[in-house]
Amino acid sequence: MRESTIKEHNRFFLNMGPQHPSTHGVLLVVLEMNGEYVLDPQPVLGFVHRMHEKIGESRPCQGFMPNTARMDYVCALPYNHGYVSLIEKKAGIEVPKRAEYIRVITSELNRVASHLLWLGAYLLDLGAFTPILYGFDDREHILDILEDITGSRLTYCYYRFGGVCRDIDDKFVEATRAFIKRLRKRYVIYEKLVTKNIIFIKRAENIGIISPDMAIRYGITGPNLRGSGIAYDIRKNEPYSVYPEFDFEVPVGERGDCLDRYMVRVREMEQSLRIIEQALDNLPDGPVRSKVPKKIKLTPGDCNFAVEAARGELSYYLIGDGTGVPYRLKIRVPSYSNLSCLQELGRGILLPDLVSIMGSFDLVIPEIDR
Amino acid sequence: METISTLPPELIRMVIAVIIIISFIFLNAIMMGYLERKIAGHVQRRLGPMEVGFHGILQLVVDGVKLVAKELLIPINVDRTFFRLAPILSFTPVILPLLVIPFSEKLQARDLNLGLLFIVSMTSVNVMAILVGGWGSNNKYSMFGAMRAVAQSIAYEIPILLSMLAIILMTNTLSLKEIVGAQQKIWFVLLQPLAFIIYVISGIAETNRAPFDLPEAESELTAGFHTEYSGIGFSLFFLGEYTNMFTVASVATVLFLGGWHGPSLPYGEYLGIVWFFLKVYFLLFFMIMIRWTYPRVRFDQLLNFAWKYLVPFSLVNILITAVVVKL
Repeated sequence: MRESTIKEHNRFFLNMGPQHPSTHGVLLVVLEMNGEYVLDPQPVLGFVHRMHEKIGESRPCQGFMPNTARMDYVCALPYNHGYVSLIEKKAGIEVPKRAEYIRVITSELNRVASHLLWLGAYLLDLGAFTPILYGFDDREHILDILEDITGSRLTYCYYRFGGVCRDIDDKFVEATRAFIKRLRKRYVIYEKLVTKNIIFIKRAENIGIISPDMAIRYGITGPNLRGSGIAYDIRKNEPYSVYPEFDFEVPVGERGDCLDRYMVRVREMEQSLRIIEQALDNLPDGPVRSKVPKKIKLTPGDCNFAVEAARGELSYYLIGDGTGVPYRLKIRVPSYSNLSCLQELGRGILLPDLVSIMGSFDLVIPEIDR
Repeated sequence: METISTLPPELIRMVIAVIIIISFIFLNAIMMGYLERKIAGHVQRRLGPMEVGFHGILQLVVDGVKLVAKELLIPINVDRTFFRLAPILSFTPVILPLLVIPFSEKLQARDLNLGLLFIVSMTSVNVMAILVGGWGSNNKYSMFGAMRAVAQSIAYEIPILLSMLAIILMTNTLSLKEIVGAQQKIWFVLLQPLAFIIYVISGIAETNRAPFDLPEAESELTAGFHTEYSGIGFSLFFLGEYTNMFTVASVATVLFLGGWHGPSLPYGEYLGIVWFFLKVYFLLFFMIMIRWTYPRVRFDQLLNFAWKYLVPFSLVNILITAVVVKL
């Protein structure tokens, strides 16, 4: 819709959120509209701000571990992973190889769970009720597997400085292998129900096109960036943990529309399964936790560590001052940058398309607000 | 007794018919609500309602009691007259089409010679209720829903009428009883497959069912036109929706699926109703399955589909029918 055709008195404001089914949490988007056309969507953040960074700066670094899982509760283990790796890098703590393998396996399982949930939630945004329950059905198996070893189903606190808190057993390995087999069979159902569904394709194709240039300008990362055709994945480009030992691909899209972002996530699930399989095959023996001093001293100076979370690049930045309490802790979360392009992307489109675009970003609001 | 015998028998018949139909409407809503939730459950690999009664069979009765017993909540800034009028307007006209539908050869309240026209005009009152409710709610989301409903209803009433016209051309009558009678040998679905497909698609759109449920698209408009309604107001909209579905399926059965015709039963002139209901509920089952399978279309796609595909195809269909029948 061209700007010139809109009369001033036809403009009105619509508050979408903070209690709206499609904002996936307490996000408010103030929409300036003309009829059903969105002229200017403005996200308003801060409804679930809990001062996680400040909490991190006010207690010994071990005490912040549970908080890491409360930021992105859908995919919490990479958040654990980033934080423990940061402190290990800062304090020079060695990690046994078996522990790194377990970290990779559980993180990737968590990534698959997150993508499954997103798949259902996105289709729910488009008005299909059934896929979310199929996604939940599969995700339930992952949660059961992870619950057995981590003790929690959603907000994990499983990794420790220098390893993980509990070794995995044969039951875990068996259950994970069974799950991989099961999910591969279920792809067929998802393909029939969603990927080849004509209404879904019409709702997602050529909607919300993010050009590679725009993606870089806004600092978009993760599947949203790869949907635009840029093969940037921290696991490949700045390898951490034991990721270099595994053979996996980085799926990319072509056009950068919602359908590409969907396809990238679906293909990423398969790559995660491949990583898990390889890790289970080559799982080394040995301890899962190294000796760590009771009081960890953070040496003066800054330190940064980035991991690939389910939504994109998650990076922790820390300044130490010689004590056990971080002087400054800054967390760069992917959803914040991903959301920032909504305003440019959402000008002059229909309201249902805005819902579709926001759904395709895979936003987790508590992560943005922290 | 004397007063009753002096009344015209027609009036007594109508009163009895209306009572039966109103009780059937409630029964139908309960059955449809239960079916919808049970089928949705099984489609989604869960059980659906299981707690109240055998396999949750009394769930909808309990829900109904809850809805009726709820406080009548009227938000502060609404247009009170319109807000109260809308649910009544949605519920009242849905009774009338059932008066002329021939459930079997002898089970029909009144055989109007303009029966089809009567049904079409009565079912289109429903959109008025949505408009009044959406406007009266004084809520932007409700207003969106109402506006969508009007545009959608206008767009899809045309292909519905055009597909009916093809049948009327073949039978030369608007009386539903005679249309069913004309299908003694062959059902019209075999002679008019295109009209049947167009009718079913438009019928789903006309009753605001997914994937065309844009007036209440909950992921965009929270709940669309009935966002502000709760309790009895909501349940009247709900009753109206299910009865409209039943009407649309009944008309499809009458026009295309041979009405009460089927393998002969004893007392066929009455028990034809069994075949009629089987066909109607098969169509309703189909509509429920569609709802739980497909995502929602976008509004411009919906209107484009009506004007660019359904209307031209039904016009071509009428042309072919006219040429074949009248030559």
